[in-house]
Amino acid sequence: MTKISRGLTRRKVLQTGMAGIIGTGVAPLVFSKGAWAQEFCNNPTGDTVTLGLNLPLTGTYAEEGADEQKAYELAIAHLNGEGDGGLIAVLAPTALKGNGILGKKVGYVSSDSQTKSDVARAGATRMIERDGAIMITGGSSSGEAIAVQGLCQEMGVIFMAGLTHSNDTTGKDKKRYGFRHFFNAYQSGVALGPILGEQYGTDRRAYHLTADYTWGWTQEESIKNATEALGWETVAAVRTPLGTTDYSQYLTPVLNSGADVLILNHYGLDMVNSLTQAVQFGMRDRQANGKDFQIVTPLISELMAKGAGESVKGIYGTSNWHWNLQDPGSIAFTKSFGAAYGSPPSQAAHTAYVQTLLYADAVERAGTFYPPEVIKALEGHEFEGMGNGPTLYRAEDHQCIKSVLVVQGNESPTSEFDVLNVVKEVDRETVTYDPAIFGGELGPAEPAPVC
Amino acid sequence: MFDVIFLQFLNGLDKGAAYALIALGLTLVFGTLGVVNFAHGALFMLGAFCAVAMRMLLTLETVTLDPEKLSPWGTPLEVREPLMQAWLGDFGAVLVNYSVPVSLLLTIPIMLLVGIALERGIIKHFYKRPHAEQILVTFGLAIVAQEVIKSIFGPNPLPQPMPVELRGAADIGAWLGMQANVITYPLWRLIYFLFSAILIGGVFAFLQFTTFGMVVRAGMADRETVGLLGINIDRRFTIMFGLAAVVAGMAGVMYTPILPPNYHMGMDFLVLSFVVVVVGGMGSLPGAVAAGFLLGILQSFASMNEIKAIIPGIDQIIIYLVAVLILLVRPRGLMGRRGVMEA
Repeated sequence: MTKISRGLTRRKVLQTGMAGIIGTGVAPLVFSKGAWAQEFCNNPTGDTVTLGLNLPLTGTYAEEGADEQKAYELAIAHLNGEGDGGLIAVLAPTALKGNGILGKKVGYVSSDSQTKSDVARAGATRMIERDGAIMITGGSSSGEAIAVQGLCQEMGVIFMAGLTHSNDTTGKDKKRYGFRHFFNAYQSGVALGPILGEQYGTDRRAYHLTADYTWGWTQEESIKNATEALGWETVAAVRTPLGTTDYSQYLTPVLNSGADVLILNHYGLDMVNSLTQAVQFGMRDRQANGKDFQIVTPLISELMAKGAGESVKGIYGTSNWHWNLQDPGSIAFTKSFGAAYGSPPSQAAHTAYVQTLLYADAVERAGTFYPPEVIKALEGHEFEGMGNGPTLYRAEDHQCIKSVLVVQGNESPTSEFDVLNVVKEVDRETVTYDPAIFGGELGPAEPAPVC
Repeated sequence: MFDVIFLQFLNGLDKGAAYALIALGLTLVFGTLGVVNFAHGALFMLGAFCAVAMRMLLTLETVTLDPEKLSPWGTPLEVREPLMQAWLGDFGAVLVNYSVPVSLLLTIPIMLLVGIALERGIIKHFYKRPHAEQILVTFGLAIVAQEVIKSIFGPNPLPQPMPVELRGAADIGAWLGMQANVITYPLWRLIYFLFSAILIGGVFAFLQFTTFGMVVRAGMADRETVGLLGINIDRRFTIMFGLAAVVAGMAGVMYTPILPPNYHMGMDFLVLSFVVVVVGGMGSLPGAVAAGFLLGILQSFASMNEIKAIIPGIDQIIIYLVAVLILLVRPRGLMGRRGVMEA
């Protein structure tokens, strides 16, 4: 009997099939272990790593931009082991060693965003595509932050936001690749509302002047919610274009509107101009509805307070951080910054510095620059020592949850820098909220195939 | 409601005064030299920076380090001593307090020189060239001036404080025998309006009641005939260019407490002022002044909440809307003359 040999048996087909599956599916994973490390945007292959600083060096928020730049340069120096090390020694836990990031010396490129969202986006694109920036950071406007973090999500590059206070940044416009250390308008409302109630009572009529873009809108909404919950009535909410210099046409209607509180949802130079002009219009000397007329600036910084001079005395607002705090982190940062530049750091400088260190620390903990791993290292990360007490980088919306400061313009400053007093430090639990209230989707963590 | 309308009217006068002052200078140059001067906004800006420079000089300080006291960052505390007060005592303090009006003394000669140098150095070479080329060269000059100022003073606005005594608001309602504390308006803005009115009146009086002004007006009407009479009309026109620069510079100085000077402030005003000149009628001095106040007042009323509730955003476009309407009805503007800027 002759055995008939057939070309294919069921067993052979199965064996070949399995081998094929293993060969095409598993083997590449074995042979290219760690290959993802080479296949993402701007993977640093040399002995340096480049950060992209997107700074508003001109325009309405230029003062904040200039202070941020100083902070970034200081942070990069500290990461490279230069200077006194700043906050590296007090950040806990920390993986930072003061030898760059993963042993690579840190360098930077920068771009002037001119306080304009389209210019900020173009600058970030250039720094990613031409200069090879592994991470983009900076900005003093929520308009810029939202525009740039959208771009960074598309290009697979992490964005560590600078000063941005709109609820939308980590709300409806949040992105997997975007992270915010700064607080937001909702938290300002929660922190400031009770103080306004204590100081000015519950029977007040408020008139809002609001910068006409995402930040102004969400701050107006948050402060309206907070003050109306106290029993205040909102008389009017008027939008003003970003970069307005002469507010007289917006201030004259306030005088006879029946309002007894003016709430200025402005920031930077807009705030300096609107506040000083409101005071020139005699609003702080007025009586309305049988009460002293009051002005409130829900978000205020020492740079703005300094610019507004006498006008800011006694005015309430909120801040992310203040250089005069007496915790070890704030003392260390103020000492480093003051010694380097001869003035105390602003809240914009503080958030810029902290964001740089937090990114570097996340890379060290992840052991790679590969963005999805760095994102994992940042999401849900608990740390302290950076001047805001115990802080959580919340995984659900990439918003840092920490305490918020209520501040007041100093009535009797002892120096040109002593312009704000911290009235209250509102604890982290009080300003924590459900991330679902602002909606939005973080999106995927996998990087784009090209950048 | 009267108080609201009155306040907006005051506000309009204040804005109109600024527009009218710049438009007046533009028209002076156009009416005398026939040059469309896009560098005029830059002259306004240069004037404002004369005030900045003057304040810098008046507030020079000596800085010494006090090793006994430390700053919050651990370095010896800087002790600053104002030089002007050390040299001149109370008078020095008064000079610093009134630095803005004092700056006018510096601004007048500087702007006169700048104006004359500009006209003799560059602009005179473009008298017989087409208006398009004049616009290009003067626009270029404006950009150069901006960049020079930016490189010296930086890109950020530099707030200039007004004198302490003039920082508050004037209770105009009480002045008029009405209820106190209802119609109040910033004192400095009232001063700016009065200053503008005096300056505009002064320019008109100079042109109307002096021999120099009479010759200039004659030259504006018929340059050739005045030249044939043996009068050096070019020299007078050069002085008029200098005078226009002085008017723009003085307007810039007095505006600094209202708007912190920055390098592009001239460009912001220039566009509006050209609209004012066109609405008033090219070459017409009364037209420029009238249109300046008209547009300022309309812009102010358009920003009332009641108006914006009906037409949202009207305050941003009212000036251009009115310009279009007026030019449709009167193509030469409110007081434009036949033959000016017409082929």
